Amino acid sequence: MTKSECPVSDGYMYYRHKLPVRIIHWLNVILLPILLMSGLNIFNAHSAFYWGKSSYTGNPPLLEMRSKEGNKGEIVGVTRIFGHEFNTTGLLGASKNMEGELDERGFPSWLTLPGVQWLAMARRWHLSIAWVLVTYGICFVSYSIFSRHLQRDLLPTKEDWRSIGKTLIDHLLLRHPTGEAAKNYNLLQKLAYLAVIFMLFPLIILNGLGMSPGMDALLPGWIDLFGGRQSVRTIHFIVAWSLVAFLAVHLFQVIVTGFWNNLRSMITGKYRISSEAEHE
Amino acid sequence: MNKNSEITRRSLLARVLAGACALTLGGCQKLSESTWFSHILGTGEKVTYKMQRLLIPRKAMAQEFTKADRSPLFRSNGTAMPNNPAYSAMADKGFADFRLQVGGLVERPMSFSLNDIRALPSRTQTTRHDCVEGWSAIGEWKGARLGALLEAVRPKPNVHYVVFHCADPMEEDGGSPYYESIDLEDAFHPQTILAYELNNEPLPVANGAPLRLRLERQLGYKMAKYVMSIELVEDFPKIAGGKGGYWEDQGYEWYAGI
Repeated sequence: MTKSECPVSDGYMYYRHKLPVRIIHWLNVILLPILLMSGLNIFNAHSAFYWGKSSYTGNPPLLEMRSKEGNKGEIVGVTRIFGHEFNTTGLLGASKNMEGELDERGFPSWLTLPGVQWLAMARRWHLSIAWVLVTYGICFVSYSIFSRHLQRDLLPTKEDWRSIGKTLIDHLLLRHPTGEAAKNYNLLQKLAYLAVIFMLFPLIILNGLGMSPGMDALLPGWIDLFGGRQSVRTIHFIVAWSLVAFLAVHLFQVIVTGFWNNLRSMITGKYRISSEAEHE
Repeated sequence: MNKNSEITRRSLLARVLAGACALTLGGCQKLSESTWFSHILGTGEKVTYKMQRLLIPRKAMAQEFTKADRSPLFRSNGTAMPNNPAYSAMADKGFADFRLQVGGLVERPMSFSLNDIRALPSRTQTTRHDCVEGWSAIGEWKGARLGALLEAVRPKPNVHYVVFHCADPMEEDGGSPYYESIDLEDAFHPQTILAYELNNEPLPVANGAPLRLRLERQLGYKMAKYVMSIELVEDFPKIAGGKGGYWEDQGYEWYAGI
């Protein structure tokens, strides 16, 4: 990172995030929710997940959301996971539509794009935005390698590994690096980012492409490495929610380590390093 | 002073963020309903089509499976019994007087009985059917190679697409017959067949009797059931909704390789 440091009253401003990183970050903020929500709309067209090469193998689905009629003739939303049935009325299986009436749908309208059940439009959103994501994803990974962002900021150093125990305890106690130590990502942060960039994203893209009958013909049978066409669809969904889980932890960390400082540094690049930080 | 301006800046930023979220979500909904934006989103389909045609070799084969992989019951989706008196009459006679009409931009328009079609070079393949909704089923299909049938009618040089006209009306009043179209690259692919058998039995009515298209590198809705006639065309804007298929006219992609 460039050392452009300008002093302010209680410390100094440190240029933490370069422009390409900031651009990618905000593109993710806008586009990932679109991909998730249009994906959930697509899922709602057949709200069940299976394992294997096809949906009809004689085995029941792993997960299924549907509606059934209750004792008084009312609509009940039901979610079945590994044979266990749960009443999830209002959220999964059956929820209120745009007119406020209970309707059969996998995920609720407020979680899907479009809000109405509209497979053709959801596919348009999902498959177009996916191209945008893949394009800037490739640009970002190339940038990270050539600018040495990957080697300098993301790959754990020997010292990182040596202090693994301390980092873990600090995280559990919500003790966060301050002062000079806050300039660099810590070990767990680096591992989380690396996992997202080099595991979750490649996995979700690969498993997304695995659902394409065209791409399957490229090398017939390659999706069997993941268990088959229906497994690929299931994995795509699991990885999507893994990204949501990452986002939840990410937002939590952003808030507890200084929300406004973090937000500013992701907008302008400048991060305030406070001088009254205790040095350990 | 400094503190105050910081606070207003923060509350302003918070409001901007909240507003942006609401605008994005509401905006996406509005955009979905506008034709211009749906056109922009449609470019994704063109990119997919070009990229897949570039990456996937012409004769790349869809995965084939074993008998053990076959689904116990091959799911019937969409029409299970066409609401069409002419079709019902034909089905009652076991399609004995069925004739497949093949015409359009061809040197030699022809019509084929089921026996004529059975006499054409055939292919048997156990393949996976992927529905746009997300489910898959595996079945063993036997049918005439579409390429062989097209060669028999001698397409004119300006032919670009093959259109399938079907017996199943998509509207309750008997209107909007199902139709589909594919390009020549797909039409002459070795796995592209007009299937007359499913799992060693004559094709059931629920699955498209007497003939259904199998187009193994695309999604299920491309594989027209109840095919009655085939038309070779240069382009398809004048056919029905002009998008090249019943579901395409409802907003689905013409190229369904993904």
